[in-house]
Amino acid sequence: MSGTPSVAEIFETMEYGPAPESSDPARAWLAAHAPRLRLFIGNEWREPSTGEYFASVNPATAQPLIEVAQAGAADVEAAVRAAREAFPAWSATPGHVRARYLYALARQIQKHSRLLAVLETMDNGKPIRETRDLDIPLVARHFYHYAGWAQLLDSEFPEMRPIGVCGQIIPWNFPLLMLAWKIAPALATGNTVVLKPAEFTSITAIAFAEIVKSVGLPPGVVNIVTGDGRTGELIVNAPDIDKIAFTGSTDVGRIIRKATAGSGKRLSLELGGKSPFVVFDDADLDSVVEGVVDAIWFNQGQVCCAGSRLLVQESVAEQLLAKLRARMEKLRVGDPLDKAVDIGAIIAPVQLEKIQRLVNQGVAEGAEMWQPGWACPTDGYFFPPTLFTGVSPAATIAQVEIFGPVLVAMTFRTPSEAVALANNTPYGLAASVWSENINLALDVSRKIAAGTVWINCTNVFDAASGFGGYRESGYGREGGREGLYEYLQPAWEAEHAADVIGEADHTLTASGKNGHKRGKKAHAEQVALAQANGAGDGAHLAPESDGFRDWPAIDRTPKLFIGGKQARPDSGYSREILGAQGEPLGEVGEGNRKDIRNAVEAAHTAATGWAGATAHSRAQILYYIAENLATRADEFAARIRAQTGRDGEDAACEVERAIERLFTYAAWADKYDGAVHGTPVRGLTLAVHEPVGVLGLACPDEYPLLGFVSLVAPAIAMGNTVIALPSERHPLSATDFYAVLETSDVPAGVVNIVTGARDTLAKVLAEHDDVDGVWYFGSAEGARLVEAASTGNMKRTWVSYGHPRAWLERGQGEGQEFLREATQVKNIWTPMGE
Amino acid sequence: MATLIEPRAEAGIPAGHARNPGMALDLGRVAAVQVNRSAVERRAATLPARRTVKKEWQAAWLLRAITCIDLTTLAGDDTPGNVRRLCAKARHPVRAEILERLGATGLDIHTGAVCVYHNLVPVAVEALAGSGIPVAAVSTGFPAGQTPLPLKLDEIRASVAAGAREIDIVISRAHALTGDWQALYDEVRAFREACGEAHMKTILATGELGTLRNVARASQVCMMAGADFIKTSTGKEGVNATLPVSLVMVRAIREYYEATGYAVGFKPAGGIRTAKQSLDWLTLMKEELGDAWLRADLFRIGASGLLTDIERQLEYFATGRYSAAYHQPMA
Repeated sequence: MSGTPSVAEIFETMEYGPAPESSDPARAWLAAHAPRLRLFIGNEWREPSTGEYFASVNPATAQPLIEVAQAGAADVEAAVRAAREAFPAWSATPGHVRARYLYALARQIQKHSRLLAVLETMDNGKPIRETRDLDIPLVARHFYHYAGWAQLLDSEFPEMRPIGVCGQIIPWNFPLLMLAWKIAPALATGNTVVLKPAEFTSITAIAFAEIVKSVGLPPGVVNIVTGDGRTGELIVNAPDIDKIAFTGSTDVGRIIRKATAGSGKRLSLELGGKSPFVVFDDADLDSVVEGVVDAIWFNQGQVCCAGSRLLVQESVAEQLLAKLRARMEKLRVGDPLDKAVDIGAIIAPVQLEKIQRLVNQGVAEGAEMWQPGWACPTDGYFFPPTLFTGVSPAATIAQVEIFGPVLVAMTFRTPSEAVALANNTPYGLAASVWSENINLALDVSRKIAAGTVWINCTNVFDAASGFGGYRESGYGREGGREGLYEYLQPAWEAEHAADVIGEADHTLTASGKNGHKRGKKAHAEQVALAQANGAGDGAHLAPESDGFRDWPAIDRTPKLFIGGKQARPDSGYSREILGAQGEPLGEVGEGNRKDIRNAVEAAHTAATGWAGATAHSRAQILYYIAENLATRADEFAARIRAQTGRDGEDAACEVERAIERLFTYAAWADKYDGAVHGTPVRGLTLAVHEPVGVLGLACPDEYPLLGFVSLVAPAIAMGNTVIALPSERHPLSATDFYAVLETSDVPAGVVNIVTGARDTLAKVLAEHDDVDGVWYFGSAEGARLVEAASTGNMKRTWVSYGHPRAWLERGQGEGQEFLREATQVKNIWTPMGE
Repeated sequence: MATLIEPRAEAGIPAGHARNPGMALDLGRVAAVQVNRSAVERRAATLPARRTVKKEWQAAWLLRAITCIDLTTLAGDDTPGNVRRLCAKARHPVRAEILERLGATGLDIHTGAVCVYHNLVPVAVEALAGSGIPVAAVSTGFPAGQTPLPLKLDEIRASVAAGAREIDIVISRAHALTGDWQALYDEVRAFREACGEAHMKTILATGELGTLRNVARASQVCMMAGADFIKTSTGKEGVNATLPVSLVMVRAIREYYEATGYAVGFKPAGGIRTAKQSLDWLTLMKEELGDAWLRADLFRIGASGLLTDIERQLEYFATGRYSAAYHQPMA
């Protein structure tokens, strides 16, 4: 530096000087690994089969740091094979032993924390303050936390098993932290991993691989394959991968959802956001300003949950914006290795161009842009903090995720308008709410559709709390107990993974390499079991009434059940329903897409009231449904017999089990509690179970009544409203159910039933952007259709892939798995203290 | 909008700023105060991690910190002897050869003031004669303030008459704790009148105010009543100067400045013992208020032991060797 000022000069100017963190140890590390970083497969370092390498560039200098390997198909195959081979032993490793490994990883990360922090800053461009004080400590914290879960897994999750080989693809904005979020829970639960870091930021993943090797993790448990999007695509499509976990843009998330549709791969996606930052007039505005700094100028705004939409109450808007502009003048942009820098470099030219393009568009669309008076460095990829005012919700910059240090500000008048603006986005990752009024803050937190809500704080993370999206911000949670479920499956499902439902007769048949005997014998066993459990001894069965009469029967063609009323199908067609012997049994309405549209609208109309009803009153209604079903038990049993040809005792058993199931979910309605997480803030981190919203339910053919009840009951118990598609083959049990619903005080629109071509209608539901989730229990092909069609709004899907489920058994046909699918976890951070 | 006693037209950085005349008590503004403790603590915790100064910058900043110290002795066993020693240290806070190595000989480094009890004011005034260093007297029944108002006013007048140019008054905490802001305003207003030309530092005794919200409200009321400085603590409370409390107070100063155009000074006192801490507080002032608040006319640190640690850090910078406390001349 030319002409360092003298002490006497600085004494007068009181300027800040340079405060560089030494990069010498990191440069030595890079030199030791130069010129190239290799792939880490089966605890060995391998050259990529492609022979290709690409440069990893320091965004603050535009200078290359080192070459990174481009993994090809053979490499991904080798990594998946290594992970597959490691899986049996690793999943059978006692939890305590896995805990020791995770603990060792955490310790090693702590011991090398500064090297990792400096490498991360050099590779990513984020300030050393952040990598040193936030990223790396959170990485270690995550491994410690999940070491604990490994220790507790057997006792806390005795009926759960690991999924298998997990393909994990992570972004460049928090390279090592996202690696920790992916790898720690996977390993704790006994899965093995093939992870691909982002092409811009692979260096710390390789440093982590060295730690993996140094702690003696068995070969193949963790494999790191570097490369660009092509490598990611290879992982997504690798046939022997059981689960994909992805963090990145919603666009790529869509592609992954489509690519994996029907494959049976489990999917968790943490995608984009346009998170609202809501400021009420009673907030501590000076603290709000610092909150905004943490929200949008943390990591250059390249944060999926960045508070990028400032919604401020009109009465304090001018005051807040003045304070904000003054604060922005004091932000320091520059060399991210300088300890006194607030904002570092943007990851790459492509991102810088995208930010500039969107900012230009914002100006072109008439919003007012403001930037501080100082200039950014020019030797790397820098962008100044930017504030847009006079922004309308229709503006591009108010809708699109910019992923840069750009804030758009809008005003609101009332709390309900604040909520409306906050929710006026396809995303739902996070929100921040500022008010000194606890009533207001908590109320608004519950009303904003987001997986995380920070009250009077923002961008606070901890391993003990779940993190993940609502809506098009993805699904699944990372962190906390809720994060474990992404890497676990029910034990019975793991054992019967290869079973399929017979297409020919729609009863249960055996198949698959495991050779589990399912089929009719299995069904008989279920019935016996159910009877032994006290469900139906056959005594309730009415003597069969053949009803010979000379008069024609009164026609009983049921319509559709929409908005609490029977509605004629839009098509004007009916479909004939045949009995077990092929004899005509009746007719049902032929539902079409317009009927689905109407049903969804009815479900939305009912949604707020139903979700807002007390759990107690939802329970009472479920009990009432059970009561009314019980009074018609004989009629329902007879209908099951007629449709399926099963014997009377068997049919009665199904009815009894359906009644019992309604009791189960009436019981659960007020007991599926959330949690208070043990995060390191003074306050409460509340994990709240909220309904998913409007759910489409494609019911199984196997049990015309029980299958229907098994899906509808948990969904409405948790506060969802539903559009049920009954068994296509045996819909009459569901249409008979109209009368039960009508007499049970179920509010109009909570349960809607559309008969017809189930898979066609399921696809319509899956494509409907105002449906929040679809459950599908049918064929493998139907599952694929539903998953592939779900990408419009990235709705949650839960499908059976054609695998059978023993609906009569309590372990498979009911329980917390259903409740989890019927809810999403919102974590509300509420710091406290006066 | 507040009614100002003497509205000042010009805004911006106060250069040779006018004394705060105070204003009518605006209870609406007092009531509107919002302070979120967790958010304040987060800012206070991250601020020192966001800024740091090294090498020449650190040395310069530490010299600046020295010029802002109210070098203080407030003990029952104070005598003319130890007060004269303190005054000598105030005149020459850093060894000449260290200043020379720093190229700071010409900077006329001395502390901001010497702060003593009333009885020692004449000694200090005499000892500091010709130095330009003001003497500050703690007053109004310091530290608890539980004496009759007329005695407090007499005490102020006596100290001013004895030559004190600065008076560090304590507020009646009871007024703040019972929310009787009018009484607090009246009391401080009376103190200010008694001070006359002497500058008034208003000690809030934040460790006894219970909440940060009370600290913010008391800060506003004291400034409205004409405080030249607001000061955290007497040094005698259980908890004295902390960064969160200071953050709340400097934000109150900023708000008052923005509303009235008058710059009020800030003095944290009690518990600031290390050079690093003094840099943290300078950073706080620079970031939250601006460079104008980095000088002794608007910033003081009430301390006794701090100076020694600063001297050691300066010697380390000057020589490259870690320093021993006994190398520094004691006060």
